[in-house]
Amino acid sequence: MSAIIKPASEQELSELIAAASGPFELIGTASRRNLGRPMQTASTLDLSGFSGVIAYEPEELILEVGAGTRLADIEALLTANRQQLAFEPPDWSALLGASHSGTVGGLVACNLSGPRRLKAGAARDHMLGVRGVTGRGEIFKAGARVVKNVTGYDLPKLLTGSHGTLAALTSVILKVLPAPDTEETVVLTGLDDESAVSAMSLAMQSACEVSAAAHVPGEATYLRLEGIAPSVAYRRDQLARLLKRPVEIMAETSSAAKWRSIRDGAAFASRSAHPLWRISVTPSQAPLLIRTLRQSLDIRYIFDWAGGLIWLEVPPSADASADTIRAAMSGGHATLIRAPQAVRASVAVFEPQPPALAALSQRVKDSFDPRHILNPGRMYREF
Amino acid sequence: MLTMPIPDSGTIERRAAIAADLRRIVPGEGVIEVPSEMRAYETDGLTAYRQLPLVVVLPETTAQVSAILKYAHDNAIKVVPRGAGTSLSGGALPLADGILLGMAKFNRVLDIDYENRCAVVQPGVTNLAITRAVEHRGFYYAPDPSSQIACTIGGNVAENSGGVHCLKYGLTANNVLGIEMVLITGEVIRLGGRHLDGAGYDLLGLMTGSEGLLGVVTEVTVRILQKPETARAVLVGFPSSEDAGKCVADIISAGIIPGGMEMMDRPAIRAAEDFVNAGYPLDVEALLIVELDGPQVEVDHLINRVSEIATGNRSMTLRVSASEEERLLFWAGRKAAFPAVGRISPDYLCMDGTIPRKRLPDVLKGMAELSAHHRLRVANVFHAGDGNLHPLILYDANDPDELERAENFGADILRLCVKVGGVLTGEHGVGIEKRDLMPEMFSEVDLDQQMRVKCAFDTQGLLNPGKVFPVLRRCAELGRMHVRGGQLPFPDIPRF
Repeated sequence: MSAIIKPASEQELSELIAAASGPFELIGTASRRNLGRPMQTASTLDLSGFSGVIAYEPEELILEVGAGTRLADIEALLTANRQQLAFEPPDWSALLGASHSGTVGGLVACNLSGPRRLKAGAARDHMLGVRGVTGRGEIFKAGARVVKNVTGYDLPKLLTGSHGTLAALTSVILKVLPAPDTEETVVLTGLDDESAVSAMSLAMQSACEVSAAAHVPGEATYLRLEGIAPSVAYRRDQLARLLKRPVEIMAETSSAAKWRSIRDGAAFASRSAHPLWRISVTPSQAPLLIRTLRQSLDIRYIFDWAGGLIWLEVPPSADASADTIRAAMSGGHATLIRAPQAVRASVAVFEPQPPALAALSQRVKDSFDPRHILNPGRMYREF
Repeated sequence: MLTMPIPDSGTIERRAAIAADLRRIVPGEGVIEVPSEMRAYETDGLTAYRQLPLVVVLPETTAQVSAILKYAHDNAIKVVPRGAGTSLSGGALPLADGILLGMAKFNRVLDIDYENRCAVVQPGVTNLAITRAVEHRGFYYAPDPSSQIACTIGGNVAENSGGVHCLKYGLTANNVLGIEMVLITGEVIRLGGRHLDGAGYDLLGLMTGSEGLLGVVTEVTVRILQKPETARAVLVGFPSSEDAGKCVADIISAGIIPGGMEMMDRPAIRAAEDFVNAGYPLDVEALLIVELDGPQVEVDHLINRVSEIATGNRSMTLRVSASEEERLLFWAGRKAAFPAVGRISPDYLCMDGTIPRKRLPDVLKGMAELSAHHRLRVANVFHAGDGNLHPLILYDANDPDELERAENFGADILRLCVKVGGVLTGEHGVGIEKRDLMPEMFSEVDLDQQMRVKCAFDTQGLLNPGKVFPVLRRCAELGRMHVRGGQLPFPDIPRF
């Protein structure tokens, strides 16, 4: 068991990192500790002390919070003001064996986005600013409390999805947006993978402003519409005409529940011994990839992002079928989001990079953390 | 006046040999070294600054770009990448001892993929040409900088360009899915693609808005969107900018994100109206154009809501566009604001700060005081939804004193923006124009970290030097830990 240190201030965090002779694992509430490659560090830095709302200005569309603030608290605050994080942050606690949805710092570190990513962008698209401490122990900031800014390099984006390997974040500034008045989901049944992806593509090419599109094989294909009620009703009729198929409509409450379950990968929560992948591909290529994989693997899967995201559950094996999956892909990337520790230690959890890109990534890592103090090995074995 | 890095006389003396070497990579007319023919490249949209490059090279293939950069890297020659040269911050200003790498010949649309809603284009394709290539199917490319007829997508990526619709539809960074780029070493890498989200670090996000300092983009994959079914605009006049600003805040608080929301102050309204006769009211202090887009039923609903909110904020005049012609007329004045100001003044400087919107009245008041102090007029256009302010400072470039006063005035405005919690640039980039103001916003530690990222891409500092960073430090110097007296900092802290 490693020693847990919980700094109370940026200054203390800075001093701890600058003085460290060995590496740290960074955690907020450790809800995503099982995401990424496992680490064995003598010390753990608990950042949950950097908690609380620093500034929330709904009419300016900005929210600045301590990185250790719980996501659930942020969502409650935004909901009370009829706003939201438009990238639809998922709650993977059931998938990852955690008790709650974790902190905003962890969410940002992993760049996790839900079904609306298709229309509204990813977590990284809503990151306006950060403060944190680099692997050199230096307190730095980037970005600002405004929604439009190109001053200097976009380090907030770079840090989003860096899995704590570049800096320990102490606060983040996020763009918040109005929550839709209502939602409905148009449901199509009886489609195979190919026709489901075609139907989702057709819907996405229309002016119906579909905010989420998913296909659950053997169950149904779902298209979500959000906005003011008369607009949703109008677009629902447009969509039904366009699809030239009988459709069913899910009203607000059941629609919200369905998308929450797709967002959180609820269908995959029960079989925790089965490795689970998230694969980002060109949407039209998703059905072919699945057909190829089915030839050699017994798989369960769901298409989100109109086919651009495949949730893929494979039978337990020493390498979580990593080679089979990556050999079948042409472009895109596969991330192993759930597997036993031993498996995550031995296979590439994140998509391996070509040499020039891998070398550049390592130089970027070194520019923040030359001594490899912060989360070493979390993303790639080399750093 | 801003100073540029001292040119390396050794490199300049080798001009002929360098041009000959480049001709071996790009044969024929792709290398230009005659001063009269290089004149077209001596400046960009920041016309107060001019400099002939060492030599101009116009490659046509990624392999040529790679060979040019490798050559520059091996021979320690600086390189300035350039798209259409419309930068308003001097991002493409040449260097006397630098190769100007013009990407204009990369002008082909490579693939349009409606099924996956993206287009793959070469970086020299203009912003508007992307929309032109897909509009017959009802699609468009969302970011629309006002120079969209001329500016290229490669330049848009370098500057993370915005436009009037970016509050709702995002900046370039939110609409680019992937790029192919060449590092200064000549290595070619691909980031992203037709899928969503890259693997590993978000180097695509880092590259977007990096102002040509990290690499040269040779291919871009952008997201294309179906055009909204309809769009209508409301034109509202207010007795004060406070009222207009309050109206904007109330619209957003009501949960409405308009497709566009623009504000103009009295001098800008007057100049625009005199130029295009858009029917703007001339007795108001602030004019707001709010555009709502989407399905007809939604637009009708939102127009009513916005009209109610405007009326509740002391609007003096309110017109709703009754036809597409009228909507375009409302916009004609705003879109012609820059040339309109150009008619009432020999020259103008276009500034680009972003502020928290609620501070607008303070900033406008401060700007009026600065206007009196610097004895120069200013007209304001404002992307009101996202707080991006474009003060246009009127001056005469033939009077050196006026240019200096205009630059000082501009710097004071940007300092004011930072002081109220805003930033130096919302969409035009730092370039050379705002370079020396960076310390207003960032500490030395902040800037050093950004420069270390630069070093990760370009150890010798050969790509577009003199831009963005006020003091260029050598990478070796930045790489050191702060070790004093042979000890790491905080030696008394227990080690783990």
